[in-house]
Amino acid sequence: MKKLVCLLSLALTLGACGDKKEKKDGAGSMTGTIKIDGSSTVFPITEAVAEEFRTAQPDVRVTIGVSGTGGGFNKFSRGETNISNASRPIKDQEKAICEENNINYIELEVAYDGLAVLVNPENTWVDSFTVEELKKIWEPAAQGTIMKWNQIRPEWPNEEIHLYGPGVASGTYDYFTEAVVGKSGSSRGDFTASEDDHVLVQGIAGDKYSLGFFGLAYYAENKDKLTLIGVNNGTEVVKPTLETVKNGAYFPLSRPLFIYVNSTSVKFTEVVEFVNYYLDNAGELSTDVGYIPLPAELYTKQKEAFKTFVESNK
Amino acid sequence: MRKIKELIIEKTLLTSALITIAVTVGIILVLSIEAVQFFNEVSIFDFLTDTQWTPLFTEKHFGILPLLSGTLLTSFIAIAVALPIGLSISIYLSEYAPRNFRKTVKPLLELLASIPTVVYGFFALIVVTPFLQQFIPNLAGFNSLSAGIVMGIMIIPYISSISEDALHAVPSSLREASYGMGATKLQTAFKVIVPAASSGIIVSIILAISRAIGETMIVAIAAGQQPRLTLDPTVPVETITAYIVQVSLGDVQHGSLEYRTIFAAGITLFVFTFLLNTISYRIRKKYQEKYE
Repeated sequence: MKKLVCLLSLALTLGACGDKKEKKDGAGSMTGTIKIDGSSTVFPITEAVAEEFRTAQPDVRVTIGVSGTGGGFNKFSRGETNISNASRPIKDQEKAICEENNINYIELEVAYDGLAVLVNPENTWVDSFTVEELKKIWEPAAQGTIMKWNQIRPEWPNEEIHLYGPGVASGTYDYFTEAVVGKSGSSRGDFTASEDDHVLVQGIAGDKYSLGFFGLAYYAENKDKLTLIGVNNGTEVVKPTLETVKNGAYFPLSRPLFIYVNSTSVKFTEVVEFVNYYLDNAGELSTDVGYIPLPAELYTKQKEAFKTFVESNK
Repeated sequence: MRKIKELIIEKTLLTSALITIAVTVGIILVLSIEAVQFFNEVSIFDFLTDTQWTPLFTEKHFGILPLLSGTLLTSFIAIAVALPIGLSISIYLSEYAPRNFRKTVKPLLELLASIPTVVYGFFALIVVTPFLQQFIPNLAGFNSLSAGIVMGIMIIPYISSISEDALHAVPSSLREASYGMGATKLQTAFKVIVPAASSGIIVSIILAISRAIGETMIVAIAAGQQPRLTLDPTVPVETITAYIVQVSLGDVQHGSLEYRTIFAAGITLFVFTFLLNTISYRIRKKYQEKYE
């Protein structure tokens, strides 16, 4: 109990420190507005970057919408936004519209996103899941009907399955439902849903018949309390690691996240400054908000590519 | 001059009284307006009879029963713990304990009520649940049992303190008459004093129940967040209060149907606590008349 109180007071002190840091970095001289729209999955990273950027350049307004990747590209291809957040590469169709409207752009990877499927360490029966099995468990039709482990595979125990997952406000939830169920935001409703991943960790760690999912970052912090389950990507069973998430073997529960910057926008120094700031800080900030950073050299490489892109569009 | 001063003081006091009433009325108004809009879209019959509560998901169901069962289950466990312990303490303190002992122990007991409930919540989650899991291996990490037990400990002072006041207020003449008839101390306590103070004891129990029903942090932390219509104390449940916390923390759009569910849940909770408070108020009035 004492330990907890210590932790709490420590957290409070740290929290208080964080607030004071602002304004110290000296007011920047830039002004203007940067319009960003697109994926809600990339939103947390972009938002974190924008928030930090605000302390460096308080007079630059950054607006970030969440129309989804498709909706974002829709506006981007009409030249309505400077930057588009995307949780998938641009589609050919969207490329064509950009060409029609004379929009040139550069694609920049900012982080990786991996989802961990987890059970309790006392769970001895599950060795892997297929995507179909995950779909069977989580799709809306499962609500009130798929209630026991042996309904998924007959050899699994005749015990109730207790599900834990991020709440509907979470980008992780959108992503999981899109990758597994096929439609973003579509799932059963009778599970323990919490936006707080610590609650999910606690729930799965204390419940033998539990099954849950959340961002890989949280599994890394709680390796001793949870068992990570591999997912069959069609050819083999793969567990998410930094490696398998980065090389795409952990499919479909991992993917790179992008931002797209259009060529007319880089004439404005505040946009260039913002993108550079983004690439400098995306590694650290993406970890903060629960994603997997790219290798450091990739950020440097992309910074150079972006520099060339800026030069060629002056 | 003095008259003006008096007038100012009087008006100030009146204003503070009015502000309290205005705030209460405002809260009830907001609750009702949003709830009425909710019931325009969801029929009150579904709300009261549907056995699933999944307003945030694809298959939307708006049955309050799972939340209500979670609330009542945790409260029931809490009362089952607090009532025997609280009552024994109050009888001991009032009838058996030496005066000095009573004077020291009573404030110490009331300390229990001053511990922040978030601390109780974590106590239930990281101490009580693992401890109970040694005896009940199937106990889930979030469950109504440990949340209920810890909530019971929290409300012990409500029962013990108010009941003790009631027992203590029983006129000594009753006690003496009972001894005069040759009754033992135990017989006097249980056959004479407790029945005589019964209305006060009932008030204490009702207050404790309404405290348990409205309790938020303990159940939000330790009982889970899965609306489930069950009486099984070993599985995760969600109470009305925990649901309201959950939705308030997420980013549900203001003015949407999902957003209004918290007002519908809130007004259900309000109806329950309001009823309980009215009953306790009635009983207390009766009780006061009896001894004045």
